[in-house]
Amino acid sequence: MTVLELREVSKVYGDGPAEVHALADVSMTVDDGELVAVMGPSGSGKSTLLTIAGTLEEPTRGQVLVGGAAVSGMSRNDRARLRRRSIGYVFQDFNLLAGLTAAENVSLPLELDGMPGKPARAAGLRALEELGLGERAASFPDELSGGERQRVAIARAVVGERRLLLADEPSGALDSANGEAVMRLIRAACHSGVGGVVVTHDAQLASWADRVVFLRDGRVVDQTAPIPGPESLLAPER
Amino acid sequence: MSIRHALLALLSEGPKYGLQLRQEFEARTGEVWPLNVGQVYTTLQRLERDSLVESDGAEDGPQTQKGFRITGDGEAELAAWLLTPPDLSSPPRDELVIKVLIAAQLPGVDARQVAQAHRRYLVQLMQEWTRLKEYAADRDLGFGLAVDAELFRLDAVVRWLDAADGRIKRASLERLDADRAPLPKLPRKAVVRP
Ligand SMILES: Nc1ncnc2c1ncn2[C@@H]1O[C@H](COP(=O)(O)OP(=O)(O)OP(=O)(O)O)[C@@H](O)[C@H]1O
Ligand SMILES: [Mg+2]
Repeated sequence: MTVLELREVSKVYGDGPAEVHALADVSMTVDDGELVAVMGPSGSGKSTLLTIAGTLEEPTRGQVLVGGAAVSGMSRNDRARLRRRSIGYVFQDFNLLAGLTAAENVSLPLELDGMPGKPARAAGLRALEELGLGERAASFPDELSGGERQRVAIARAVVGERRLLLADEPSGALDSANGEAVMRLIRAACHSGVGGVVVTHDAQLASWADRVVFLRDGRVVDQTAPIPGPESLLAPER
Repeated sequence: MSIRHALLALLSEGPKYGLQLRQEFEARTGEVWPLNVGQVYTTLQRLERDSLVESDGAEDGPQTQKGFRITGDGEAELAAWLLTPPDLSSPPRDELVIKVLIAAQLPGVDARQVAQAHRRYLVQLMQEWTRLKEYAADRDLGFGLAVDAELFRLDAVVRWLDAADGRIKRASLERLDADRAPLPKLPRKAVVRP
C-alpha cells in the first residue's frame, strides 16, 4: 500500500525578485516497507521536500497524501494528530529537547498523543534499548555523543505505530561506521512495514535504499531501477 | 591482486595442501575477485623455486597432494609486501573522467545529463554492494572489508561527478553572463603607445 504520495508538488519561497523555486512539480510515491532515498546537492530542495511530506509545511501547488488521505483537506487538529501518530521525523540537526533526558525525548510523542506516562516511558526505554542506548536513557542530549544523539532521534521517530519515517541527512556529521548503524536501524524499521524516505547528498547512505530518486534544482531528474532481492545477488552457500 | 602474496598469507597461518590452498584462496577472494585457479598452481611452483615456500610431497607428484610450508624468506617477503604502498602517484587514465571532460566541451551536449547517467549507474552498483553488505558482511570479515573498499571507491567517483556537476553549472552561468555583457573596451593607451 502507498503510505506517501506527492502529486506535482511545487514550493515557492518569497515573492517578486526574491522568489525561490525550491521544488518544481515533484511527484513520487512510497509504499509501506519501502525505503526511498532522495539524493541531491546542497540547495536542491531535499529538506523542503521532506518538510512538505511531513506536513510541517504546505506546498505552493500540488497535493500530499499520507496513507491515502489528502493532507490539504484535513483540519489543523487532524494534521497535528497525523504528525504525532503516523509520521516519524528525524531532523537534519536532530532537534532533541535539551531539558529532557534521552528516554523522555523518545516517549514525548507518545505522551503528546495521549498515552499515559508510565507505558509511554516504558515504550521509550524499549526503543532506546533496541538501539543499544538503554544505559544512556537518563542522559541529557548535551551529555551524549553526536552518534548517540542521532540514535535517540531515530528512536523517537520509530517509537509507537508510525507508518512513515522521514529522515533528513540522518548520518549528518557521523563517521561511516555510525552512518551504517543508523541506516541499519532505518532499514529495520522498513522491514517491519514502515515506509521510509531518507534525503541526503551522500551516495553511501542513499545506497541503502530500495530506490534512489535524484533531485536537482528542485526537480526530480532521474531515479534508479528497483534492485533485485538479496537472494539473487548472494552466491549460493558452499 | 597479488596471488603470490595471497598464497604466502594463507601459508603463514600454517602448512597446507595444494588443494586446500586452492579452495581457501577461492573461498576468501573468489566472491569479490573471481580469479583463474590454474594460476594458483603455477604460482606455488614459482614460490618454491624462489625458496619462499617448501613442499614435502614427491618431486613430481600432483600439486594437489603436496603439503606446502612458508619459509623464513617467505615470512619476510610477506611482511615487506604488506607495508609497501602500491604506486598511486600517477593518475590512472579514467574513461569516465574523459567522457565527462569531452561532454563539457562539446557544444550541444548536456554535460550535466551525461554526468547524471553515470551517477545513476554508479549508485545502482552501490545499492547492490550495500545490499550484500546488509546481509553478509557480518558473516565474514574479509568480505565486509572488500565490500567497503568497493563502496568507498564508487562513492569517490560519485562525489567527483557531484563536484563536476557544480563546476559545469557555474561555468555555464558565467558564460551566460559573459554573453550578455558588452564587449570589453580596448585599453587605449596600450594601442597608442609606440
Ligand atoms: N524558509 C525559506 N525561505 C526562503 N528560501 C528558502 C527557505 N527554505 C529553503 N529555501 C531555499 O530553497 C532552496 C532549497 O532549500 P533546501 O533546504 O530544501 O535544500 P537542501 O537540498 O535541503 O540543502 P542542504 O543539503 O544544504 O540541506 C534553497 O535555495 C534555499 O535557500
Ligand atoms: Mg537540507
